[in-house]
Amino acid sequence: MNILNILDEIEKVDAEIYERINPRRAAMKSFYNMGSKVAMAAVPLAMGSMFKKAYGQTPSGVIDVLNFALTLEYLEYYFYQQGAAQPGLIPAGTPAVAAINTIRDHELAHVNLLKGAISASGGTPVSFTAANFDYTAKNNFPTVFSSYPTFLAVAQAFEDTGVRAYKGQATALMSAPSVLQTALQIHSVEARHAAHIRQMRTTAAGGGQTAMKPWITGANDSGIGAAVDAVYKGEDNVTQGGVNITSLGFSVNAATASFDEALSTADVLAIASLFIKS
Amino acid sequence: MKNFQQEDQDVLHKESGILTATLQRRSFLQYAGAGAAGIALIAAGCKKDKNDNNGVNLGSGDIGILNYAYALEQLEAAFYDAVVKTPYSGISQTELGLLTDIRDHELAHREFFKKALSSSAIPGLEVNFSSIDFSSRASVLGTAKAFEDLGVSAYNGAGKLIKSADYLVLAGKIVSVEARHAALIRDLIENGTFANMEVVDANGLDKARTPSEVLSIAKAFIKTSINATNLPS
Repeated sequence: MNILNILDEIEKVDAEIYERINPRRAAMKSFYNMGSKVAMAAVPLAMGSMFKKAYGQTPSGVIDVLNFALTLEYLEYYFYQQGAAQPGLIPAGTPAVAAINTIRDHELAHVNLLKGAISASGGTPVSFTAANFDYTAKNNFPTVFSSYPTFLAVAQAFEDTGVRAYKGQATALMSAPSVLQTALQIHSVEARHAAHIRQMRTTAAGGGQTAMKPWITGANDSGIGAAVDAVYKGEDNVTQGGVNITSLGFSVNAATASFDEALSTADVLAIASLFIKS
Repeated sequence: MKNFQQEDQDVLHKESGILTATLQRRSFLQYAGAGAAGIALIAAGCKKDKNDNNGVNLGSGDIGILNYAYALEQLEAAFYDAVVKTPYSGISQTELGLLTDIRDHELAHREFFKKALSSSAIPGLEVNFSSIDFSSRASVLGTAKAFEDLGVSAYNGAGKLIKSADYLVLAGKIVSVEARHAALIRDLIENGTFANMEVVDANGLDKARTPSEVLSIAKAFIKTSINATNLPS
């Protein structure tokens, strides 16, 4: 497969292809030059990104999205890795131990998957170690690794943020269908994690948040207040696709809980930056 | 609502335009991405097909995908409606409360699609729950688990078939709620199974299924025959 041949093929159907891309010749040129460097496996990704530039869709590249996701996965992985390794934090002899290990292992799998995908696409994966993160969030959560309820509260914030972050990136991946599907397959796993962590918080040891539901109800149902307001910003939305769900006969709680909301890249980075040492 | 329908009109307009005029962006991407480009383009240009002897026709393009989601939400809503109306023996208040919440979410999804699709919506489907023992916790939760995991895999597989960014985000807003349901139901059956190897692979990925895979599983619970032949693939 050769990008130039493909452009020729497209020209047969779309005679104006070169005119279309002409104003953005710079974008095209970089792809011509890239051709020799990029491995075959990377071609679908490279093409997706090129079409986006040529046809003026969302400017954020697929690799940028993958690196953004990788940053969040590192944030989650090292959090669970340290939590699981902290003696006395997760109540020994309870199902919580296996649950946290399961989630930790998934986050590591996501890290490795994303790293591989970025490298295969000719990109450079971002790199983090545990030392890059401050899980107290600049002393907002000083007991994050000594208090089990605090640990779970922060875990919930990470998982709910992760769900919202992947959702917010979906449209930037539409030009790369297989990448989009993979992102969606991670997205729903994060939602499963979020639901379970929320259930763990209902237990006495986990903080006794007995009213906590596996789904997000209204604005900021975290039980830890304003510290995580940014995580839940907009979750009280009741209008979907122009339809006010409450006008269909549903309570505000049901209307907000039945749809999760997306978060923009900027909003997610603002949350993540609290936990990343500068 | 008006906006929603207006967008559909726009999409149809753009798609039919590609056969006679220049390529629109969206169609161009489809051409570039799909191997069977010609087929995809022709399918995209087709008008919604009528329901006939081959069953309820979901339609084509994004409308077809939305109707596909609407069909699955109808199935889930009908199931939880029955669960809450005749709770299984020995149900706790906590479990009844959670299942009532899920029922409300599925009803909201169903009613949302019905309203959003408006005149393009498929009719109400007739369900077949003869294999479910609604008095048995194991039967009800086992079925709920199957439906929720199926729903998650269905949305995960359908995302890349959606052409409108707005619809993709909407599907994303629903699928994560379905995944939360799936996790809870699994934990109710056996704590800790919220994301076990039955549903999450070694790469940490949830399942994704094509519409034909999903509908062949779902049809055991749906009396009405569904025709998905015009769905994008």
